[in-house]
Amino acid sequence: MAITTDHTRAVADGAHSHAFGQGVVPQGSRAERVTSFDLADIPVPSGREEEWRFSPVAKLQPLFGEEQGAGGVLTTVVEAPEVKVEIVGRDDERLGTAGKPGDRTAVAAWNAFAEATVVTIPAEAVASDVTSIRIEGVTKDATAGHLLVHAERHSEAVVVIDHRGDATYNQTVEVVVDEGAHLTLVSVQDWADGAVHASSHRSRVGRDAKLKHVVVTFGGDVVRITPDATFTAEGGEVEMVGLYFADTDQHQEHRLFVDHAVPNCKSRVTYKGALQGTGAHVVWVGDVLIQAEAEGTDTYELNRNLVLTDGARADSVPNLEIETGEIAGAGHASATGRFDDEQLFYLMARGIPEVDARRLVVRGFFAELIEEIGVPSVKERLIESIEAELEKSMSVITGVAPAQGGEADPA
Amino acid sequence: MPTLEIRDLHVSVETKEGAKPILRGVDLTINSGETHAIMGPNGSGKSTLASALAGHPKYQVTAGTVTLDGEDVLAMTVDERARAGLFLAMQYPVEVPGVSVANFLRTAKTAIDGEAPALRHWGKEVKGAMENLRIDSTFAERSVNEGFSGGEKKRHEILQMELFKPRFAILDETDSGLDVDALRVVSEGVNRAKDNTDVGVLLITHYTRILRYIKPDFVHVFVDGRIAEEGGPELAERLENEGYDRFTNGATASA
Ligand SMILES: Nc1ncnc2c1ncn2[C@@H]1O[C@H](COP(=O)(O)OP(=O)(O)OP(=O)(O)O)[C@@H](O)[C@H]1O
Ligand SMILES: [Mg+2]
Repeated sequence: MAITTDHTRAVADGAHSHAFGQGVVPQGSRAERVTSFDLADIPVPSGREEEWRFSPVAKLQPLFGEEQGAGGVLTTVVEAPEVKVEIVGRDDERLGTAGKPGDRTAVAAWNAFAEATVVTIPAEAVASDVTSIRIEGVTKDATAGHLLVHAERHSEAVVVIDHRGDATYNQTVEVVVDEGAHLTLVSVQDWADGAVHASSHRSRVGRDAKLKHVVVTFGGDVVRITPDATFTAEGGEVEMVGLYFADTDQHQEHRLFVDHAVPNCKSRVTYKGALQGTGAHVVWVGDVLIQAEAEGTDTYELNRNLVLTDGARADSVPNLEIETGEIAGAGHASATGRFDDEQLFYLMARGIPEVDARRLVVRGFFAELIEEIGVPSVKERLIESIEAELEKSMSVITGVAPAQGGEADPA
Repeated sequence: MPTLEIRDLHVSVETKEGAKPILRGVDLTINSGETHAIMGPNGSGKSTLASALAGHPKYQVTAGTVTLDGEDVLAMTVDERARAGLFLAMQYPVEVPGVSVANFLRTAKTAIDGEAPALRHWGKEVKGAMENLRIDSTFAERSVNEGFSGGEKKRHEILQMELFKPRFAILDETDSGLDVDALRVVSEGVNRAKDNTDVGVLLITHYTRILRYIKPDFVHVFVDGRIAEEGGPELAERLENEGYDRFTNGATASA
């Protein structure tokens, strides 16, 4: 049993806030991290680098190379009637505007993709339905993909990216939210076993714009997502929400970076995950940078992990860098805890069988977060997926094997 | 008549240093409708008795028997004991984040009865019971015990006792930390349950003030992991005036 909290301040259930001018500088400032469109600037990592130290780099190797095709996934977009979808070549000048790649998989994805999908929510348009982008793995060939979601000024939309099947997929998701626009972007990683997925989400948030960025990770062998968000004008708001559930030998890594480069913006980060089974490993790194100019910043980030069984490991590293004293609020909290047997006892002492009691506790752990996501179709799916994950651990208790997606042998 | 029978119960608690014996031969018989008060100094093992009866995994029964109507309680899992009709109002009720009181009550009631309660009737019953216990209706949507004050937690325990209708209820210091008004409200709840269901009650307390509201039929003095003396309600008054010195000294002398 290993519970690792790789941050001296992030003791169990500890929360603290930073007051004026108490700069907390972690391992090298985020501002100094190399970002580039050029492969030569960001070499293949060894695994000892700060941003790779928790990652299974051997399994990610195919996504570091220059040879990445386009045929490993099928992309299907079903858009709301108000929303425009195009397939464009790599020379389209709208691409590459939401920031530069910040690590090797990101720069390799940028250099390898052939065509990009561009989803545009036109100015003033309010999408009447969810726009869904389904990315289905069809072969194991290393594949690069590029997606741009552009919410023009004062538009409103919900865009859901849904990953399924088995693939070795390296992805860039660019998100541009113009003045006054409200965009909810959801990325669901519901891959089959065996999938390896790296994804760089790079977001720009304009004046008085609002981005709700949601990440949900359940399936795949290795999923490593690095959502970045940068404010480009005052009044912007970013809410980053993440939910993950790792099983035996799954690696799920979420590395966030919120760059408060301008004054009077607000960010909220809430990631919660559950782990079960030997070799289940989750990594959460939350970097928030409040630059010297970013007076009036209001930020809070939180990560919680619930360890359901022995042999699972969670690394949780919040980093807050503050370069100005004139902030409205800044804080973070990180906690990794075991399943609480006292809660289980309390519920069972009220007649509730163990299996149901465990379900209640885990559902309870995620309940608030699921409400926060606010997209009904995603919410339903999430509840179902959590139930399915729980079935796996319950089968240990009940001795009944979980049903396997329609192919279950009745014997 | 339903009976909870505890015979020569020995219980150890798991500690880092190994098993530590706490209960050293408890004998107690509770018939339905009876109220037994247990009083005794801090650390004498009262909560241990309550936890062991409910089946808390930290407490190991090393000898003795517990039967409910002849059924072996010790062979039952925690939830089976509750479904068999045992209820424990805890000294320190546990917070369960994200699980609403309404959902919790319905789930537990369904488990105990073996079928879901009729929706409309249940809604009314919960509402009425909450009103009686002066629990604000907004509590139905709050997470179980989360952020409840000490007194609110205790009232929530008695709410469950009224709704689940156990055959035997163990109340572990339900009176501690209650102000005078709350003490009266909680006592009325226990008395309603007694009147309506003929529940047998094991009332653990340090104070006689609750015994003015809930009349015990028997009082047991708990010292050093066993019952040192038994009597009627008058024994409680004597304890209040004289303290436990007589028993603890006696225990030391006889050791
Ligand atoms: N988990 C534990 N680890 C170590 N010792 C324990 C544990 N649980 C109980 N004990 C010890 O067992 C003894 C009896 O405790 P118990 O809580 O049953 O007492 P009590 O009579 O309920 O006391 P109080 O009146 O203070 O509530 C105490 O000495 C206590 O320290
Ligand atoms: Mg006690």
